[in-house]
Amino acid sequence: MKFIAIKMLHGDGAKYLGLIFGVTFATLLMAQQVSIFIGLMARTASAIYDVSESDVWVMDPRVRYIEEVEPLRDVELTNVRSVPGVAWAVPFYKGLISIRMTDGLTQQVQLVGVDDVSMVGICPKMVMGDANVLRRPQAAMMDKNGFIFTWPDQPLALGKEIELNDHRLVVSAICKASQTFLTFPLLYVSYETAMEITPPQRNKMSFVLVKAQPGISAADLATRIHDTTGLQALTNNDFAWRSIRYILQRTGIPINFGITIFLGVIIGAAITAQTFYIFVIENLKQFAAMKAIGVTNAQLLRMVLLQTVIVAATGYGLGIGMTALFFQATKDLPATAGFILHWQVMGGVLIAISAISLFSILFSLRKVFKLDPAIVFRG
Amino acid sequence: MTIAIDISHLNKSFPVGDDVVPVLHDISAQVRLGELTMLVGPSGCGKTTLISILSGILSASSGDVSVIGKSILKFSDREKVLFRRENIGFIFQQYNLLPALTAAENAALPLLAAGVAKKQALQKAVDVLSEIGMQAHTEKLPRQLSGGQQQRIAIARALVHNPRLIVCDEPTAALDAKTGQGVMEILRDVANDQTRAVLVVTHDSRIYRFADRILEMSDGRIVGDHLPDNFVHKE
Repeated sequence: MKFIAIKMLHGDGAKYLGLIFGVTFATLLMAQQVSIFIGLMARTASAIYDVSESDVWVMDPRVRYIEEVEPLRDVELTNVRSVPGVAWAVPFYKGLISIRMTDGLTQQVQLVGVDDVSMVGICPKMVMGDANVLRRPQAAMMDKNGFIFTWPDQPLALGKEIELNDHRLVVSAICKASQTFLTFPLLYVSYETAMEITPPQRNKMSFVLVKAQPGISAADLATRIHDTTGLQALTNNDFAWRSIRYILQRTGIPINFGITIFLGVIIGAAITAQTFYIFVIENLKQFAAMKAIGVTNAQLLRMVLLQTVIVAATGYGLGIGMTALFFQATKDLPATAGFILHWQVMGGVLIAISAISLFSILFSLRKVFKLDPAIVFRG
Repeated sequence: MTIAIDISHLNKSFPVGDDVVPVLHDISAQVRLGELTMLVGPSGCGKTTLISILSGILSASSGDVSVIGKSILKFSDREKVLFRRENIGFIFQQYNLLPALTAAENAALPLLAAGVAKKQALQKAVDVLSEIGMQAHTEKLPRQLSGGQQQRIAIARALVHNPRLIVCDEPTAALDAKTGQGVMEILRDVANDQTRAVLVVTHDSRIYRFADRILEMSDGRIVGDHLPDNFVHKE
């Protein structure tokens, strides 16, 4: 009876395509939106994970996420270094500031100041130039996407001059950094340069990056630093998740994505359920004839389930394929760089699509089971 | 001659709102193997209800029905389905072929439902189609065939599993006179097999001459059991 179920399904091309469309649409919407949402959350944490050399971030207790900076007193660096178990601790600057290009236009950037000696916190992958160039006066390094954003339609090139608080800087290196939650260009300078060119204020140090001595766990060291200095000290993972939780709890982003995903599920389920229902209603006489001839309800159930599995698998495959193609096609665009289709998302969407498909056939199956085969005798 | 269907004091009522409407009244009759029996009568006289009960599709309110020696009213729903699958072949007024299946696949349906392997079922279906002159059309879809050809596929579907009873509901109603006559000739041949009975519900007086017996119904009752010649003259 399997081939009969398949032939019945394929027999009406328009309805078959309608069913496939419903499932594909729901799959695409769910997989794409969930992936973008996860990508955005990952961007929140990418600035933290890009600093791979250190184990612990130390910051003001009021800091709730990576983009929120409460400056620390310079003496805190010494205090942290004095905590037992600290191998080394270096200052790290992070802040938003405006730059002016030679044509007079201004652009806001994320200024990152890294320790002059160790260069801890520097952009991990070089595209052009050398990271050590930051030790020179007036040298800066910009991330590739930031360069494209700042000078669109221009090829990547070193030597671009910018002005920052009446200080001249030269873009002497270009690197590839992970996209951050704020899409402003990343401009790396040495910590000393950052202190010189940022507006004067009493405290400027944003974070202290700490490495634990061998044999001491990052979590233990973070607790020790907090107990000793009263500052907030978090491991890389803890800080990343604190930043993500802040975005989840304090912004409308999850609600916005949630609504889109919810609508995808509802619309996909509605299209699929309605088309399945119409498919069954229009085939009632055929089902009735089969029941009269001697096809059992169990056989009909297996036929409808097989049809459902075919529709769900085809629609899911197409939807996931289209999602993967979308991310492949947009992987080099700054707006979508770093967004990927995770296998966990594929698994979750598969479960959702299975549920939608089963829900869709519930009403149809009831109709088939309750069907009186005597209708075949009614002309 | 063996009895194919034995109906004894059969009654059937349908609930309509708070009322109960009787449709069949104390029907007793027999259909014999090796005969083509016609069930005739005006619309609404209960013919369809009666064949639905005889086929194990509807239950009765009271009485007894024995089909091929089995008292089918005592069967569970599942037993009725399995009994139909094995012992009854159906021919419907509107053919009720599956449009996505070829002629051979449609004809093989009862065998496939019974779990016969696809290849064997299709071969048997092609054999039966060939016997009724449809060998050139086994791979065609119903929409590619005329009404008469579609009804022949329905006949092949009704015969493919060698049932003892063939139930036909207005088999010629959708066909022109010549095509209808061709369909009845096939059914007449089937009824000549002494192991089979053919029961035909019809309004079509042009085909009465193919019957061995005609059961006349009126207002839910069997009001006459005629030989065809007598009945034609009566009409």
